[in-house]
Amino acid sequence: MSPTPSSESHAPARTRPGRSPLHRMPAGIKLLVLAAAGTGLAFTTSLWVLGGALALTGAGYAIARQPVRRLFGVIRPMIWLLVPIFLVQGFMESWILAVAIVTRIITLVALAQLVTLTTPSDTMIAVITRALTPFRVFGVHPGKVALAISLALRFLPVIGGLAQEVRDAQRARGLGHNPLALALPLLIRTLRMAGDVTDAIEARSGGDDDEDAAPARTPVPVTPRAGSAAASSPAPAPRSS
Amino acid sequence: MTTIEVTDVVKRFESFEALKGVSVTLAEKRIGVVGSNGSGKSTFARLLNGLVLPTRGSVVVDGLDTAKAGKAIRRRVGFVFQNPDNQIVFPVVEEDVAFGLKGLKLPRDERESLVDTVLSRYGLEHLRQQPAHTLSGGQKQLLAIAGALITNPACVVFDEPTTLLDLRNARMIARTIREMEQTVIVVTHDLALLNEFDRVLVFDEGRILVDDAPSAALARYVERMQ
Ligand SMILES: Nc1ncnc2c1ncn2[C@@H]1O[C@H](COP(=O)(O)OP(=O)(O)OP(=O)(O)O)[C@@H](O)[C@H]1O
Ligand SMILES: [Mg+2]
Repeated sequence: MSPTPSSESHAPARTRPGRSPLHRMPAGIKLLVLAAAGTGLAFTTSLWVLGGALALTGAGYAIARQPVRRLFGVIRPMIWLLVPIFLVQGFMESWILAVAIVTRIITLVALAQLVTLTTPSDTMIAVITRALTPFRVFGVHPGKVALAISLALRFLPVIGGLAQEVRDAQRARGLGHNPLALALPLLIRTLRMAGDVTDAIEARSGGDDDEDAAPARTPVPVTPRAGSAAASSPAPAPRSS
Repeated sequence: MTTIEVTDVVKRFESFEALKGVSVTLAEKRIGVVGSNGSGKSTFARLLNGLVLPTRGSVVVDGLDTAKAGKAIRRRVGFVFQNPDNQIVFPVVEEDVAFGLKGLKLPRDERESLVDTVLSRYGLEHLRQQPAHTLSGGQKQLLAIAGALITNPACVVFDEPTTLLDLRNARMIARTIREMEQTVIVVTHDLALLNEFDRVLVFDEGRILVDDAPSAALARYVERMQ
């Protein structure tokens, strides 16, 4: 008898299954487009180009049949980053530049989100790992890059949640909307979390022999013996209350 | 059955001594660890799978020294942390469960079947494709347990596994721990969790103050806390 988890709401999966042309497009191409857009848009401050890129991205959501609210869902948590950037650029440089920079960030994030919405993350990680394999000779460790990407995907929503918590706590104590007051506690909590995550990765990566070939003594069977995990974990409790 | 021998361990963080000479041999199936905040419980727990290495003394798991065979020991001794959110490292449930298998170079179908088995053992199979962040706290902690068990460790160390959970989820996790067939070592402030354990260690200021059967040990602990 397995413990039944609570019957909480089942939020929709992140990668929505779908048959749109964007879902079917090879992951490698989508990532190339994303990389090209990231590089290309970084070199322009033309509102026409940036606005056009944003419109194209919006069209991508339509083609992939992703509701627009998903797009806003990505942008809303970023407001606290975008507002200070907008203000600083506006006061220090020009308001046109401020609009351009914010449009660029929104476009790239929305595009990245569109790629993740239409590509299963394991497919994406596999593609990236494969693409990086030739760079091994330069000391790039594809497995590590893949892990870093997975971690980024995994923890974006978590950090979004942390930001919300910090903001709620500040509001509860009567502090108004102040993006700068949000930054420090959020940074501290994120760093503390990063420490925990590092430990968890360390604790769980007993199987990863890529790194330290040094300790040669490995009397523990590396491969769980045929069906041994299967045989042991699901066995009913030998002793119970 | 796992045997962990901790011999004369001192653990110093800069000038602060978190453990001040701890010696104990752990061979029972269910061992609880209690003690006040800062008494060294988590440091002790982390010693057991080599996440923390002793400044002095040694920790030997089934003949392997944690200072020399960290990875082999981590395959043998799984670890489940307090905050379920911080130990799930992949975005989707099934990917996360499989994390411990990376580097083992298992054939795909074998890996899939291990994932299936462990997910259904913990009633998570219907969440296989879900993004991990949409799970409830209890489900996340179950996922963390599943992720720790997929490599079939002989022993699992838990550091306050129920602290962040509501009553219902805490009970569910407590029952899951009780029903595990692996050796379990559980650090907790939830004394009820240790009811039917074989042995309880009470930590105090970096030392083991009491080492006894649960009823006796917990009575001493509660008495001391008053
Ligand atoms: N990495 C570290 N660097 C510096 N000091 C540390 C570190 N880890 C633990 N300590 C200190 O060692 C002492 C024991 O910490 P530990 O986490 O083992 O306590 P604990 O018994 O688990 O407490 P709690 O019940 O609060 O979890 C604490 O005073 C803590 O501040
Ligand atoms: Mg602790």
